[in-house]
Amino acid sequence: MTAVDEKAPPVTPAPRRTPGVGVGQGALNLLNGTFLLIWGLITTLPLLWAIVSSFKTNREFLADPWALPGAAHIENFGRAWTVANIGEYFVNSVIVVVISVPLTMLLGAMAAYVLARYEFPGNRIVYFGFVAGLIFPVFLALVPLFFVVRNTANLPIVGEALGLNSHLSLALVYVAFSLPFTVFFLTAFFRTLPNSIAEAAIVDGCSHFGLFFRVMLPMARPGLISIGLFNVLGHWNQYVLPVVLMNEQDKKVLAQGLASLAISQGYRGDWTALFAGLVIALLPVLIVYVLFQKQVQAGLTAGVLK
Amino acid sequence: MSTDVSIATTAPRRSARSGRSTPAPAMQQGKLTFIVVFLLIPVGVYALFVVSPYLQAIYISLTDWTGLTATQTFIGFDNYVRLWHDDQFWIALRNNGILLVVVPVVTVLLALFFASMLNVGRRGKSGIEGVRGSNVYKIVYFFPQVLSVAIIGVLFKYVFAPTEAGGILNGLLNAVGLDALAKPWLGDPTFAFWCVVFVMIWFFMGFYVVLFSAAMQSIPKEIYEAALLDGSSRFTTFRHVTLPLVWDTVQVAWVYLAIQAMDAFAFVHIMLGISGGPGREGDVLGVALYRAAFNRYRFGYASAIGVVLLLLTLVVSIVFLRVARRERVELS
Repeated sequence: MTAVDEKAPPVTPAPRRTPGVGVGQGALNLLNGTFLLIWGLITTLPLLWAIVSSFKTNREFLADPWALPGAAHIENFGRAWTVANIGEYFVNSVIVVVISVPLTMLLGAMAAYVLARYEFPGNRIVYFGFVAGLIFPVFLALVPLFFVVRNTANLPIVGEALGLNSHLSLALVYVAFSLPFTVFFLTAFFRTLPNSIAEAAIVDGCSHFGLFFRVMLPMARPGLISIGLFNVLGHWNQYVLPVVLMNEQDKKVLAQGLASLAISQGYRGDWTALFAGLVIALLPVLIVYVLFQKQVQAGLTAGVLK
Repeated sequence: MSTDVSIATTAPRRSARSGRSTPAPAMQQGKLTFIVVFLLIPVGVYALFVVSPYLQAIYISLTDWTGLTATQTFIGFDNYVRLWHDDQFWIALRNNGILLVVVPVVTVLLALFFASMLNVGRRGKSGIEGVRGSNVYKIVYFFPQVLSVAIIGVLFKYVFAPTEAGGILNGLLNAVGLDALAKPWLGDPTFAFWCVVFVMIWFFMGFYVVLFSAAMQSIPKEIYEAALLDGSSRFTTFRHVTLPLVWDTVQVAWVYLAIQAMDAFAFVHIMLGISGGPGREGDVLGVALYRAAFNRYRFGYASAIGVVLLLLTLVVSIVFLRVARRERVELS
C-alpha cells in the first residue's frame, strides 16, 4: 500500500476540485441510496405485514393484503395462545432454553478452560475432537441421534426424565451440539487472559476449582456474554432437532409448533390467529435485538472474525 | 484485545506478591483430578449425543436397517448404488448444487455492495463516511438473522401464497398493475425452488453486511483520503482499496455461507412440504434424508444420503479455502 505514505496535506492547492462534488456524483448517490432503501423495504415489509395482519379479521386479511385493519382485533392473540397452542409451545421453548443455555455455558467454559490453560497428554486430541464438530452436518447424525435419545429412557435412575419428548433430553442435545462452537470460542478467549493473576491466586492458596469459579470465570465475562447471546438465539430458534426428537403435540417448541400449524393448516383456516402466533414468536426476539443490537451483532459475528 | 484493560482493573490486586511462582506440590497433585472432573461431563455429553451418532451413521449407511428390526444386515455399498440410480436424489443434489453456488455468490456480492455504501459510500465534508441513515440500515438488515428459520419459512409461505389466500406478493403485483405476473409461486415447479433461494439470501444478507461493515470500519480513513486525492473513482477505490483489505473476511464468508447454504431443510420443509414441492422439483438433500428416515423408515438409505452430505461439505470447505486463498494485505 503505497497510498498510506502519502498523508494528505492539510491545505490542498486550488486546481483540484473538492472531493464529493464530481460529475454525476449526485445521481450515483441517489441510485445507491435507492438500492439500500429497496433492500430495507424487502427486509421490513414482510415483517410489518405479519404484524398488521395479526390485528385483522380473517375477512379483512383476504380482502386486501395492504389495507390496515378496521379495528385492532386483539382477540386473535388469545385464539393463537390457547386454541392454536402457541402458549404451550412458548412455555416449552422457555423451559428448554432455560436448561440448555446455562448448561452449555458451564460445560463449555469448563472444557474450554482446561483445554486452554492446562497441559496434559491428549489435550490437542480433545480440542480437535470438539472443533471437528463444527464441520459435520447435523443431518448425518439425525437417524442415530433419534435412537440414542430414545434409548436414554432405559438408563437407570435418570431414564425417567430422558428419552424422546423430554425437555431435558432436547436441552442436553442442544448442549452437545453447541459445545463445538462454544469450546472453540471460549478456548481462544481463555488463552488471552493474563497468567500473572492466575499465578497470584495460586500462590495465595486458591485451589484449581476456586481459581476457575472465582477468578477466571468472572474475568471471562465479555466472552461469556457474546457466546451466551449466540447460544440463546441459536437454541430458541432451533428447528430440525425438535422436529426429530419432539413429536408429541404438547411437547413441541415454539418454532416447530408454528411451522407444523402452518403446514397442517395449508391455506385454509384461521390465518389471523396464525399470524398472531407468528408475531408472538418474532416480536420478543426483535425487541430484545433492537434494545441490545450492538451486543447481539457483536456476539453473532464474533465467531467468524476470530 | 480491548478487554484486557477492564480485566486489569476489576481483577483482584494480588499480583505484586511474588515475581515467579512455582505451583505448590499440592497443586500439582490436584491438577489431574481437576482436569478429569472438568472434562468428564462435557466430553461425555458430546460423545453420547454428537460423536457416537456420527460414527453410527456411517456404519448404518452400510446396512439395510429399517429401524423396525433389531438386526442390521451389512449390505456394503448397496445403498450408495441405489442412490446413484435414484432420480429424486439427483434432483436434491442438483438443488444443493444450485444453493451452493447461487446463495454465496449473490449474498457476498450484494453484502459487499451494501456494506461499502453503508461505511465508505459517501464523500462527505469530513472525508469518507457511510451514507445517511447507515446506522438504521445496519440494524434493519440484521432483523432476519435473529429470527428462527422456521418462523421465516412460515412467513414466506404466506408471502408467496396464492392471491385468494391473501399472498402479499401477488397482492403487490396486482396493486401495481402487473396482474399477469401473479401466480401461485410455491405451487409452480419452475419458481418454487427459486423462492427458497431468495428467502435464504434474504435471511443471510444482514449477517454478512454487518460482518463486512466491521471489516471496513477497521480500514484507516487516511487510505481513502489518499485515494480521493489521487482522483480514484468509486469503483477503483472499491476494487483496489476496500476489497483487498477485507479479503480475509470475504474468504471466511465464502466458506461459512457455503456450509450454511447446504442446510435448506427448514425452508424447504415448511414452504414446499416434505415431498419437496410441486413435482418434487424443490427437493434438497436434508429433506430427502428426513423423508427417507422418518417417513419411510429406510434408515440405511437415509444415512447414505447423510454421508453424501458430509462428503459434499468437506469437499466444499477444502475447495473454497483453497480457491479463496490469496495474498494477504498487511496494514502498516
